[in-house]
Amino acid sequence: MDVIVDNLPTYLQGFASTLRLTLYSGALALAAGLLLAALRVSPLRPLRAFSAVYVEVLRNTPLTLVFFGLVFVAPRFGLITPLGFWTAVICLAAYTSAFVAEAVRSGINSVGIGQAEAARAIGLTFGQTLGEVVLPQAVRSVIPPLINVFIALAKNTSVAAGFAVVELMATGRRLGTANAADGLWVLAGVAIFYLLITIPLGVIAGTVERKVAFSR
Amino acid sequence: MSAVLYDSPGPVARRRELVGSVIGGLVLLALIGLGVWYAAGKGVFGADRWDVLYDPPKGQTAADVWTFMVVQGLGATLRAAAVAAPLALVLGLLLALLRTARHAALRVPAIVVIELFRGLPVLLMMFFGSIGFGWDAFGAVVFGLTVYNMAIIAEILRAGLAALPRGQAEAAYAVGLTRRQTLLTVLLPQAVRTMLPSLIAQLVVLLKDSSLGFIVGYPELLKSIQNNAQFFGNDYYVALFVVGAGIYLVVNLSLSWLARWIQRRTTKTAASPKQVDTLTTQSIASHGAGHAGGI
Repeated sequence: MDVIVDNLPTYLQGFASTLRLTLYSGALALAAGLLLAALRVSPLRPLRAFSAVYVEVLRNTPLTLVFFGLVFVAPRFGLITPLGFWTAVICLAAYTSAFVAEAVRSGINSVGIGQAEAARAIGLTFGQTLGEVVLPQAVRSVIPPLINVFIALAKNTSVAAGFAVVELMATGRRLGTANAADGLWVLAGVAIFYLLITIPLGVIAGTVERKVAFSR
Repeated sequence: MSAVLYDSPGPVARRRELVGSVIGGLVLLALIGLGVWYAAGKGVFGADRWDVLYDPPKGQTAADVWTFMVVQGLGATLRAAAVAAPLALVLGLLLALLRTARHAALRVPAIVVIELFRGLPVLLMMFFGSIGFGWDAFGAVVFGLTVYNMAIIAEILRAGLAALPRGQAEAAYAVGLTRRQTLLTVLLPQAVRTMLPSLIAQLVVLLKDSSLGFIVGYPELLKSIQNNAQFFGNDYYVALFVVGAGIYLVVNLSLSWLARWIQRRTTKTAASPKQVDTLTTQSIASHGAGHAGGI
């Protein structure tokens, strides 16, 4: 127990790093994911296909493999990424954007087809239909799964520990090997900090979901 | 949905769409071509970067390289998954049963366990195994995969149980089955059947997460690729990575497609009692497990 209190500043540094990883890659993933979802419903077939292939491939690839590719393989192409934080942000964003796209797409699909038909019937254009009728309704059902994607992202930032980023998990590993006798306590401290992110987000997702379900 | 968003195209629109598609396709191809040209400039496609796969240097045979990656690497990955998956299924089932128990003394601990393990990274659980309990890498990987996935599977099964029509339980009680008989012979079989796609999707997640063993020092597929690359020289990373990524994609995509196929088949069987609720069920499952766990 004392191990956690004694090393609190170290923990907090790791926690801050994890938070920054989550925020930066979350924002990037949200932007890229929205773009991918928009491509997925676009009239142009190559763009649709590109988005579909990207999402399908990334969803079936381990995140560790994405990191592995950028850290060890990309330099063989002469693409040397700055090791550490920003590489991790790129990997996490690339990976998470596929899940964001999928959540947004299923949200768009959850809006009754009659809504779009009615919008078309009164002569709204593609952009108007999507922007003023479908998306505003889709947002409600998209938010809970999106929050879950970000919960998963917060947990996934731990993978960066394996690739030279000193975030919460890497901090825990260092402290754990330094205080081998108190290994369990050290890791329990790490767990508490992760739960500080994931449990509140989970509660929000649950509440929003109940609200949405009620208003249907 | 996308078919409704714009008018079904007439001749002019079709032509415009064709032009747009061709241009878009050309731009995509040009980008890919540019990447290939750039990579070729770096000598990525030279035989000296790929011969490790068919005629490796350093007195090794191609069979050695492939055996090391496929038999040892993929073998270790599959071994960890093959031990963790049944464990997670059994424990998840147990947790789901406790979660739906009438007594709070059984229900509350199950809720705590599920919420706790769902909210923690798998990698942390693996480090609990290795640093915390001092187990070997295999034990740590199996432990991490098992505790995380059992929590998700418990949630999937609970969602499946909750989505069953009330009449199922009522009818079972009406013919005089006990609570346990109702659960085991009437409700669970149906819940498992509805949730089969989600359960298989979770298997993909488990398989993907086994690659975290790379970080805790378990010699799985990624590690075998890295070992090969370090032995033969870093220039072979590209070829070896392509093989590794290919293996992961083939295995995971076939599982994903199997899940989707089963889902289509069960949705089509109109006779199944759950037809009313397939949509809700899926959204619950994908919320409870697919998205949160999936990543």
